Amino acid sequence: MIDDERCEGHGRCYSIAGDLFEPDEIGNGVVRRDGTVPAGREREAELAVENCPEQAISLVED
Amino acid sequence: MGRHEPVVDWATDFDHTDDAYVADPFTIWNELRNSCPIARTDRYQGAWLPTRHEDIAAIAYDTDRFTSRSVVMSEFRAPVEMAPQGIAPPISSDPPYHKGARRVLLPAFAPQAVDKLEASTRAYCHQLVGALRVEAGDGGVVDAAVGYAQHIPVRVIANMLGLPETDGERFRGFVNHVLEGVDKPMEERALGMMDLFEYLQVQIDDHLANPRDDLISYLLAAELDGSQLDPFQVARTVALLLIAGIDTTWSAIGASLWHLAGNPADRQRLVAEPDLLPTAMEEFLRAYAPVTMARLVREDMDYSGCPMKANDFVLLPFPAANRDPKAFDRADEVIIDREVNRHAAFGLGIHRCAGSHLARMELRVALEVWLAEFPEFELADPAAVRWSAGQVRGPRLLPVRIG
Repeated sequence: MIDDERCEGHGRCYSIAGDLFEPDEIGNGVVRRDGTVPAGREREAELAVENCPEQAISLVED
Repeated sequence: MGRHEPVVDWATDFDHTDDAYVADPFTIWNELRNSCPIARTDRYQGAWLPTRHEDIAAIAYDTDRFTSRSVVMSEFRAPVEMAPQGIAPPISSDPPYHKGARRVLLPAFAPQAVDKLEASTRAYCHQLVGALRVEAGDGGVVDAAVGYAQHIPVRVIANMLGLPETDGERFRGFVNHVLEGVDKPMEERALGMMDLFEYLQVQIDDHLANPRDDLISYLLAAELDGSQLDPFQVARTVALLLIAGIDTTWSAIGASLWHLAGNPADRQRLVAEPDLLPTAMEEFLRAYAPVTMARLVREDMDYSGCPMKANDFVLLPFPAANRDPKAFDRADEVIIDREVNRHAAFGLGIHRCAGSHLARMELRVALEVWLAEFPEFELADPAAVRWSAGQVRGPRLLPVRIG
């Protein structure tokens, strides 16, 4: 999930993991679909978290 | 170069226009980080220079105690009466005014809008490398900064704003004046600023009379808090886009080419693995982040043991934050396949560079086109490379020999 209060629209998440995130109309990151990370996409999701300059993204275990 | 006395003690008398800082700020930041992480100076009527990632981030986030009213350090400070807009909104604005002024701009710089500019940017880069190929002949020397990097953002931003492409030379004059002339007397700086605004006034009048599909017409029609932006406010925002959009990107393109010219293994790998470019590009942005921003201290206070006075400048050297070993493994090495790279090249917090998506597109396209045309190139004369002075760092002379 993305903390909207922290996201400033750097766009690293949707550049790295375009299947998991997309830009809104001002370039802020939005989680695609319901935010569930499909099997095999865990590494991309982790990289999105680790590259967010504002540390706005977190992975939540179900 | 510098009009000031040479610096002897960087901890207590720093000057970012000093020849040593222009040539190699990294060594200075590294030494300060280990000895006196927030340096000070009485120059510029008082200023501070944090060098650790944690301090630079904390100050960027602290819009209460640090104002953006003046973001370019010189003898001049924007008067308090210019708040909340500041000289060039939204970069010079503080909350809460900042948010709306920025919101107006962001859709024009969002990835969806930037995508539409890629084809014309690529065509222009092809045109430039074509001309350089002719100029160089076989094994000849061309200047990658003067003949290539500097032209790309000028053309892109002129088209976007709706300014004549043929005025590129004038734009570079304005940029040079605002960003590099920071140690000139105040009167001389004020005159240069007037030239810029007189130029923009003519362009804005023309757009008012003949609206068209460009960013100036969009801004003239845009509303903020229910009322239209006044033309002078539009002029100030256009001044920002013109100044901020040009030598920053030119510096990023130039610094990346400088790295590749001097590091054949990285160059060969990128030629062989073009898919690595987006990752490599982030590393170039980290290691050679062109932009240092500035803030003013709002009120007298103690910050981390530093007795800061109201109206002292504080520089935010994002490239120093990007080289802090506490924030990055092997911070001083350029690792073009670095996967985890939470760099701050475009700033942190509410003033994140509004043009970052545009800048990344220009940098990626510029490098793709250059590497496809010139897979072999090297520094023709390392001693002839010249770096800009001031808060935007990049090569201004970059002679390379084309293989």
